[in-house]
Amino acid sequence: MRWGVVTFPGSNDDAQALRVVERVLGDEAIALWHKDVDLRGADCVILPGGFSYGDYLRCGAMAKFSPIMAAVVAHARRGGLVLGICNGFQILCEAGLLPGALVRNRSLSFVCDLVIARIETTATPFTASCGRGSLLTLPIKHGEGCYVADETTLAELEARDQVVFRYADAAGRVGPEANPNGSLGNIAGVCSAERNVLGLMPHPEYATERLVGGEDGLAVFRSVQSWLRDGGRSRGDEPRVQAP
Amino acid sequence: MPGLLARVYVTPKRGILDPQGKTVEQSLHVLGFDEVSDVTVGKYIEMRLGGASREAADARVRQMCERLLANGVIEDYRVELVADRS
Amino acid sequence: MSVSAVTADVAADHGLTAEEYAKVVEVLGRAPTFEELGVFGVMWSEHCSYKSSRAWLRQLPTTGPQVIQGPGENAGAVDIGEGLAAVFKIESHNHPSFIEPFQGAATGVGGILRDVFTMGARPVANLDALRFGRLDHPRTPYLVKGVVGGIGHYGNCIGVPTVGGDLYFDAGYDHNILVNAFTCGVARRDRLFRARAAGPGNPVVYVGSRTGRDGIHGASLLASAAFDAGAAAKRPAVQVGDPFTEKLLLEACLELMGTDHIVAIQDMGAAGLTSSALEMAGRGAAGMLLDLDRVPLREPGLTPAEILLSESQERMLLVVRQGSEAAVEAIFRRWDLEVSVIGRVTDDGTFRARWHGREVCALPVAALTESAPVYRRPAEEPARFEQLQHFELAALREPADLTEVLLQLLESPNLCSREWVYRQYDQLVGGNTAVRPGGDAAVVRIEGTARGLALTVDCNSRYCLLDPYLGAVLAVVEAARNVVAVGARPLAVSDCLNYGNPERPDVMWEFQQGIAGIRDACLALDTPVVSGNVSFYNETDGRSIPPTPVIAMVGLLDDVEAHLTPWWKAEGDAIVLLGRTREELNASEYLAVVHGLVRGAPPWIDLETEKRLQRVCLAAATERLLSSAHDVAEGGLAVALAECSFGGAGLGARITVESGMRADALLFGESQSRMLVSLRRRHLGRLRDLARREDVPFTVLGEVRGSSLVIGEMIDLPIEHARARWRRALPERVGG
Repeated sequence: MRWGVVTFPGSNDDAQALRVVERVLGDEAIALWHKDVDLRGADCVILPGGFSYGDYLRCGAMAKFSPIMAAVVAHARRGGLVLGICNGFQILCEAGLLPGALVRNRSLSFVCDLVIARIETTATPFTASCGRGSLLTLPIKHGEGCYVADETTLAELEARDQVVFRYADAAGRVGPEANPNGSLGNIAGVCSAERNVLGLMPHPEYATERLVGGEDGLAVFRSVQSWLRDGGRSRGDEPRVQAP
Repeated sequence: MPGLLARVYVTPKRGILDPQGKTVEQSLHVLGFDEVSDVTVGKYIEMRLGGASREAADARVRQMCERLLANGVIEDYRVELVADRS
Repeated sequence: MSVSAVTADVAADHGLTAEEYAKVVEVLGRAPTFEELGVFGVMWSEHCSYKSSRAWLRQLPTTGPQVIQGPGENAGAVDIGEGLAAVFKIESHNHPSFIEPFQGAATGVGGILRDVFTMGARPVANLDALRFGRLDHPRTPYLVKGVVGGIGHYGNCIGVPTVGGDLYFDAGYDHNILVNAFTCGVARRDRLFRARAAGPGNPVVYVGSRTGRDGIHGASLLASAAFDAGAAAKRPAVQVGDPFTEKLLLEACLELMGTDHIVAIQDMGAAGLTSSALEMAGRGAAGMLLDLDRVPLREPGLTPAEILLSESQERMLLVVRQGSEAAVEAIFRRWDLEVSVIGRVTDDGTFRARWHGREVCALPVAALTESAPVYRRPAEEPARFEQLQHFELAALREPADLTEVLLQLLESPNLCSREWVYRQYDQLVGGNTAVRPGGDAAVVRIEGTARGLALTVDCNSRYCLLDPYLGAVLAVVEAARNVVAVGARPLAVSDCLNYGNPERPDVMWEFQQGIAGIRDACLALDTPVVSGNVSFYNETDGRSIPPTPVIAMVGLLDDVEAHLTPWWKAEGDAIVLLGRTREELNASEYLAVVHGLVRGAPPWIDLETEKRLQRVCLAAATERLLSSAHDVAEGGLAVALAECSFGGAGLGARITVESGMRADALLFGESQSRMLVSLRRRHLGRLRDLARREDVPFTVLGEVRGSSLVIGEMIDLPIEHARARWRRALPERVGG
């Protein structure tokens, strides 16, 4: 399959995403520039982490106006897969492809650490091969990863099974002790109502090799691979996976 | 024709977690400013506008706020227009 | 020519002494213009000219088969195999960080990153050596938070991982903190770029941010004079960093370096355009003509002196081939950066700057650099050492509850966990960080290879205070040992020499002792100094900092998978101490924390013994005998054992030791040339053989077991409880 990775000015994790696609997954990687206007056949588009436009004004606020984002939005509207990691998640929220917003960590400090992300739903192309409730050890590294949304939106997210990851402890318990940034409901990642767009703060791409960061993040990429291989359609049609 | 100066105040929406505001408030209490409550920390943006009428400018600045300067999910904004004396 | 009247008084305002001003007039054969005086002021400042240190720096070993580029360029470079070079340097940003800790530290990181990518290397790791005053000094928490925040802000945003560093608190830094930033990058060794202007007619190109008034007389003059109570008034001189622009500059420069357009490249750091233009011209024995009207400005109305001396950040000066202008412009425009051809290389050996149709500078390049003052300042050993080094162990009361003492040490400012600091740094970006902060040295995989770089910065300034020669030796030795502890071979050093006012004979003596110590240790360990920085005038109101020669050491692992960490891996592993514990508590952290004494000579060191220990450790690592390895340093054996339990699964240890010495000396003494390792029992015989071959003492201390650290009848420490206190200590005292 083909993965597109968008480089915005200030993207830092684009090279890592490209490396994982090519060297770990053995798939085709397409480097997309923010001034590009089409996705060159990418099945899944990754908006990587970093500090697009320096995070000035608000994280992701300016990246959403990049020329490439029109193509990303169109791709998502057609049911194409979009994976936003960290700054990519912030961009997807700013662009309105995902509900809610990410604000400064409650500690007010940047935090780089390993967290445990509990898989809340397998009804997405990104978690379809995982077990519900299974725990992934993944790194986080962000200053503004506190997920917020108004109560109505939060209730909708829960009702429609759109919360994909929550921060948990080693026993899988969700609580304030396991929450690294103050996110409401310990939310670490959410998907769109159509389930083809995922945003998350933890970095699965930095947990794909035993030597550096472990391999738990592979679960996300492998899910996408097998979902597409099994006939999940990436472009044009309604996604196969529906909310329960 | 003298231009206008736009002053845009972007503040966290009420009810949205404002960790900076909370921390500043706590610090002020520590310093003995006990009368302080409801601290919010926002952004102040200033810009010069050429030419347009006040009404047109107001509409334009509001568009800027809606599209870029503020995130309606978490932030409110307020616009002031004054004559640019610089 | 400018009509401003330049006199010796005006010269003094530019930091030039009367003698130096006389020399300026002699070199030029006339009085300088106002702009020229500014140029002399910065170029002959201590910061840019190394006038007090240059004569001594020549003593340092700088060559070896591994050295590709020694001191004198933007950064040093060593061979790391497979056609690659490690490019690295450490640099101070002390005074700006004391005045404005966040921006001071941030721009320190930005500056050192530019030094490295200017050479054509992609930066792969940052480390920082930080020194603050007492943790209970009212200003310290503010400074710590600001500096750590600034380092994180810059490194995180530009996307270079911060993988290590060190941090000490000492009253000697109450009024003069140290912020030393280190960057290591990797380049193809046949694609290193240098800063030698050549080819008359070649265009000089300005790229990056626009020039503003910030930092005029900033870094150079701030770093070249003693601090006084009015320093805060110098706040406007501190530059503001823009890591986003630097990220674009980094990517654009590396893209351009993939082409053949560049002749020379130099970053605009301290003393800005002036210094980079003159240094490039000087190294290439060329002249240069600049048109200051073509320098992109952030605000109108800058004077030519301001344009020449501005220290605005995130700017580079290039010399490119004639005809390459359009291609170069296209690359920088693609990255939305300023680019402007502002002059050309000439063959008249003169640096000329024009502004509004008149020539404001016409300086002979060679004379400016060659005639720069070199001082052999008087040096004299102060009387204080006899008293300082006097220490009677027998008179020291031995505490009853040694477990409580160990806890007290683990919570003390210099030994408690640094996690609060490094959690604020992106340690992972780039995807090559194999050992994160918290180990003896960081390990970063070399992209596209199976190799790894080991990186550390070290200096125990208490040792240096008590003996500036031995302290410097021990800084080198510990840095090398830390690199060996992760399984890497030490390659080379970058040093950051932080001292007080060189015009004081006792400080100059400390400096000379430090140089001699680094020289002797680097010669013995075969780790030449390939880059570095001298920071003088670290004093406030007449009080100097303790001598602090920070050593950054780079090592190489042929197989990055074989790296070691300090943490216990498996129950039942044997724990072995390599090296000898002497009955010495002098100069120790224990003495300072528990008894309030800073006394005695630093621990005994013999460089031959140290080399043998390091050979044993490297051989054992290469043969994959070891499960873990940890250098025994501040806090001694007991603290080292506790640290081995604090990472990973949190396993405990059972230790039995027989020795005729005092328990506190055994547990907390800081004897050198010791390494604490754990290994499967079946490897014990082989390790014993290796140790015997090198005549290194080998002692089986016990085994990895349980969830407590038990040392004979002396210590019984539950790991989880101790670890929680060790981790909480710093955030509690810094205030979150």
